[in-house]
Amino acid sequence: MRRITTRGVIAISFAAFVLAGCASKTEVEEPVAEVAPVVVAPVVEAPVVVEVKRPMVSGGKISVPAAGGMDGMEQLQGLFYFDFDQTIVKRAGHMELSKHAMVLKDDSSLRVRLEGHADERGTREYNLALGERRANAVRAYLVAEGAPRSQIEVISYGEEKPVDGGHNEAAWAMNRRVEVVYR
Amino acid sequence: MKLNAYLIALLVVCIPVKSVLADLRIEVTQGVDNAVRVAVVPFDWRGGGRLPENISDIIDADLVLSGRFESLPANQMLSLPHEPAEIFNRDWRLLNVEYLVIGHVSPVGDRYRLTYTLYNVFKQSVELRQTIEGEASEMRDMAHYASDSVFKVLTGIEGAFSTQIMYVTALGPLTDRLYRLNIADADGHRVETMLESKEPILSASWSRDGRYIAYVSFEVDSRPAIFLRDVVNGTRQQLTNFPGLNGAPAFSPDGKQLAVVLSKDGNPDIYILNIADRRLRRVTRHYGIDTEPSWSPDGKGIIFTSNRGGQPQIYQIQLGDLSIERLTFEGDYNAKASVLPDGSGIVMVHRREGIFHIAMLDLIRGRVTVLTETSLDESPSIAPNGSMLIYATQYGGEGILAAVSVDGGVKFNLPSSEGDVREPAWSPQKRRMFKPIPE
Repeated sequence: MRRITTRGVIAISFAAFVLAGCASKTEVEEPVAEVAPVVVAPVVEAPVVVEVKRPMVSGGKISVPAAGGMDGMEQLQGLFYFDFDQTIVKRAGHMELSKHAMVLKDDSSLRVRLEGHADERGTREYNLALGERRANAVRAYLVAEGAPRSQIEVISYGEEKPVDGGHNEAAWAMNRRVEVVYR
Repeated sequence: MKLNAYLIALLVVCIPVKSVLADLRIEVTQGVDNAVRVAVVPFDWRGGGRLPENISDIIDADLVLSGRFESLPANQMLSLPHEPAEIFNRDWRLLNVEYLVIGHVSPVGDRYRLTYTLYNVFKQSVELRQTIEGEASEMRDMAHYASDSVFKVLTGIEGAFSTQIMYVTALGPLTDRLYRLNIADADGHRVETMLESKEPILSASWSRDGRYIAYVSFEVDSRPAIFLRDVVNGTRQQLTNFPGLNGAPAFSPDGKQLAVVLSKDGNPDIYILNIADRRLRRVTRHYGIDTEPSWSPDGKGIIFTSNRGGQPQIYQIQLGDLSIERLTFEGDYNAKASVLPDGSGIVMVHRREGIFHIAMLDLIRGRVTVLTETSLDESPSIAPNGSMLIYATQYGGEGILAAVSVDGGVKFNLPSSEGDVREPAWSPQKRRMFKPIPE
């Protein structure tokens, strides 16, 4: 699951890694020291590429360049909660979902899986259907915000994969969710 | 993702995992008020060595677990008769015993012959006497057969002691679960695992003849698919692999079709899958959720759960003209219904004051009766004799199975030593039948 999505980022970080390795090698006295200095010369443009910040996927979550031109990356919220027997995407999640839509629109190589879940109350098959409806509702929101449908996969686990094993309102609220998982 | 894949049929031979598994224990939590007093006298073994199973103990346990009988422990018996001629009525009247079950087992080559008698102490008469024969491996089946026969004479109801229960267990922490699909005897013994998986298993159901089971498993690609397994020879095939839901398989009474739920056309609808040629017929068309199909006993209609009216309620569709009728009006959540064998009512999950119970809707009087006092109850499954139903509930924070008689009079729990237990399905047939032979 853990992988970097764009070739560009891979190439850049690999170059940086090679250079860093070489630099440290020159400082350490080793038997192969005569060979090392040869590589040192063409280092010039390395700092330039730092500005090309792309979304990064790790552990199913996506990080995007932080808003307001700040340095660093911001991880997008990947959990969206629902009311009992409801499939309406709550207003509180709209802004974050719009960011997901933007990222998906900008990078056609990204693939996302929307995993719909329900709490344990009620029947298992009905909850599978409910979980699917919730994931579909999130997909509809993303598509309406410009995300290509082809990059989005929907699956429901119903009440089969709770995050909180408790049998109370607090646990149920955590379990009625859609998880946005980047692949 | 293989969206284009139509019906994949992979044939996998599965070796049943032999039972190192813990049996389900049964605790009667409520019996009938006027339980019949019986004494099952230890049977006489007329061969050498030890019998592989203690038949009279199994019969005793069966009768007690039905909740309708109270049995006399062997150490309180004043005499131990094996034949009607050896019975001293006074010994039993003193102890208020109403019926006696006595018997003996004899070796016949490498087989066993069981003769048992049901004796009415007050009438001083033999109510039933039968002889059956079987192999060593069939000893528990012979005992359950005897229990069924005795139960039938005493209650007028076909016993369900020879039937089986299929269920799902989930072990381990939430992030690393192991799921098993098991089949056990109705008394919780002889557990066999049909499938073991790291991904969820649910909605297991039996064909009417007990030969096949169908279930939903997420084992392929972590997505739901419907599988069909031959219980006798252990082969299985994947029946569906559609995008979206592949759920809630239910065999038609003739065993040739499966009602299933698919969402490939946009939202969950009921379809009928012809098992032989894999042809599909779409039965419901509605933008709401339609799920949990269950066939009427005559196979002409299907009842199902739908939220087309805003909340989940039970509807019935006639397969002839596809006309739909709503069946439930009481309560804001009714789901997963199944029809009683005589068609007089349905049992279902019913929410009352925020709590999920198992309830019965009497289709003739239109009345809903709540059968269970527990909460978070689901997946009711009716015994083939129509007198008991088994369901899943919570007990001490864990999922367990429990059973209740359809009149609400008898209740028992089946706590497990093996994590969460859920999704029970009562087999429609007896595991093994015997033909009574002359003594």
